[in-house]
Amino acid sequence: MFEIVRKEALNPTVMRMDIKAPLVAKKAKAGQFVILRADERGERIPLTVAGCDREVGTVTIIFQIVGGATMTLATLKEGGCVADFVGPLGTPTHIEGLKKVAVVGGGVGCAIALPVARALHEQGCEVTSIVGFRSRDLVILEDEFRAVSKHFYMMTDDGSYGEKGNVCVPLGKLLAGGEQFDEVITIGPLVMMKFVAAATKPYGIKTVASMNPIMIDGTGMCGCCRVTVGGEMKFACVDGPDFDAHLIDFDEAMKRSRTYVEFEAKAREKHCNLFKKEVE
Amino acid sequence: MPKFNMDPKKHPMPSQEPLVRNKNFKEVALGYDEATAVEEAKRCLNCKNKPCVAGCPVAVDIPAFIALVAEGKFEEAYEVIARTSSLPAVCGRVCPQETQCEGKCTRGIKGEPVGIGRLERFVADYHMAHSSAPAKKPQPNGHKVAVVGSGPAGLTCAGDLAKLGYDVTVFEALHVAGGVLVYGIPEFRLPKAIVQKEVDGLKALGVKIETDSVIGRVLTIEELKEEYGFEAVFLGTGAGLPRFMGIRGEGAKGVFSANEYLTRTNLMKAYEEGSETPILHAKKVAVVGGGNVAMDAARCAKRLGAETVYIVYRRSEAELPARREEVEHAKEEEIVFRLLTNPVEILTDADDNVTGLRCIRMELGEPDASGRRRPVEVAGSEFEMEVDCVIMALGTSPNPLIKQTTPGLATQRRGEIVADENGKTSLDGVYAGGDAVTGAATVILAMGAGKTAAKAIDEYLRSK
Repeated sequence: MFEIVRKEALNPTVMRMDIKAPLVAKKAKAGQFVILRADERGERIPLTVAGCDREVGTVTIIFQIVGGATMTLATLKEGGCVADFVGPLGTPTHIEGLKKVAVVGGGVGCAIALPVARALHEQGCEVTSIVGFRSRDLVILEDEFRAVSKHFYMMTDDGSYGEKGNVCVPLGKLLAGGEQFDEVITIGPLVMMKFVAAATKPYGIKTVASMNPIMIDGTGMCGCCRVTVGGEMKFACVDGPDFDAHLIDFDEAMKRSRTYVEFEAKAREKHCNLFKKEVE
Repeated sequence: MPKFNMDPKKHPMPSQEPLVRNKNFKEVALGYDEATAVEEAKRCLNCKNKPCVAGCPVAVDIPAFIALVAEGKFEEAYEVIARTSSLPAVCGRVCPQETQCEGKCTRGIKGEPVGIGRLERFVADYHMAHSSAPAKKPQPNGHKVAVVGSGPAGLTCAGDLAKLGYDVTVFEALHVAGGVLVYGIPEFRLPKAIVQKEVDGLKALGVKIETDSVIGRVLTIEELKEEYGFEAVFLGTGAGLPRFMGIRGEGAKGVFSANEYLTRTNLMKAYEEGSETPILHAKKVAVVGGGNVAMDAARCAKRLGAETVYIVYRRSEAELPARREEVEHAKEEEIVFRLLTNPVEILTDADDNVTGLRCIRMELGEPDASGRRRPVEVAGSEFEMEVDCVIMALGTSPNPLIKQTTPGLATQRRGEIVADENGKTSLDGVYAGGDAVTGAATVILAMGAGKTAAKAIDEYLRSK
């Protein structure tokens, strides 16, 4: 059992938890992920590490309430426990030697873009952060991003905060203006990462996307998390989760990510009915 | 000495009716009762040269335990098996006895061999049901050994070392111990409660089990040795990433590796109402491959409600690598065999859902390196099968994690860990066995490797 040391709602559907897991905290690096189960009957949920405190021995996770399993997780209280917490999994994001990088995050993906931006900043790299959200009430981690970025761009789809538009607008302008980056690192919805990759491709700037496909074991056994990269089958849990964004077959990944949409919708409905009953 | 029973046939295994069992996940084989076990045991001739023992990878003293069963001394029979086997209830169920002990049985020359597997299972189940005596903890010898992976190789190695007094810790990546016994082999062939009891038995011997621990990530082999004081390490990390065919459509929705399909179904209990892990409830399923894993996946698909389940295999029935018994069980459960058939493309709709499998007919040519006749495509014989789910059961490559994170550990080109006949690897004090060394094989071979390595580790630590 792993204790939930701290729990905080970042916006109506995004939750932050600090989980006591000293061995994982000691090893986890930006870009790696953990798998947890809320309770004994729970699904194995893969979540990219949003930060860790090696002194206290905690790992921070930030997750969006999407289906049944994340709903169950969100009901757990500070001081309570998750049944299982395993990691760090996957290969860390390669940041060595990078001097000037654009980090492009979207939605809850910003939670995992932040530790990458922070790690880059800490090694003296000039970080340009571009973050996008649907609207003002969904914005998370703005201050944290500002603290580690030389340049910071806030975008919302509806213009209710920052600039109106998606993350490719400022990115496109920077690139068109002749801005040179060693690398662009993008983490967020698949469709956003696909467009970020398309925006950087003409300039030949190396672009890395952090994939978050459906997973079960997360240790290189089940083969569920396969992604086509440059025509080859790769497994996000051991070969990734970072891949060359110019080579990823995003269209296939988007279709695969929708495999259990119907199941999740049903699970959500069932959970909501349970909540209703409790309220009644 | 009891009188021999000269019936040329084994006592049949009581089983659930095929068309009942293919709709539930309860165990197919129900096991002998006491009277049947005694009668079957009387078929053993108690041969002096014990050919059956030579056929057993863990060298169970088969005639000795069977003689005790014939006398109704079931608990004593268990003690004989337990001397050499750590997991008798598992072996009695999943060992390929027909090619091992029973394949060597003298009675098999002029009839059916003694039902050794069925008797082993009976004895193990009898023990579980009747014994309440706590296991005797061996005298600790003060030496620490780490075992990585809690599948059949790891559990056997851990059990044997614990019996010798070693302080053994087993590290398991998943949330429950058992490895392939819990994520791979389905409930209806090996109930998970049985695996749990075997694991509990090891804990009673003093074995510690650390779940949720991916060695190579959270701790490296070097850290286990240098920082945690383990004097030897056994690697039983098992089979790894599934192989695919490299044909078009393998990324489509409704295509699974057998590992994924079985893990969702078995480990995550997706077949149970209330499980949070989803599974596709397909109507027409094609399982590609002919091994035991393919049979397991096909039989799971049927139980999950598929109307039609095909086994698609490129060679003929004689070459099916699955155990004969598994093939028969699958056929009884109305699994349809499409033999001498090889997929060339997975067909999909606009939304990338599987709609069919385009296949080509095959014929057998000259024998290949494996000694089996090589399947050759029949030109112009392509045809389509209508399916909404394809499960690839084509074997696996070893897990890459340990290799990636353990400098100096020699591996084969494909990633299998290099180990000698005693399980010794290229690193001092590091031993390995099971699928991680051999590539995908059987539970009992992994157990044999775990056993051999335990002996080698004991000798290594004694000589230090």
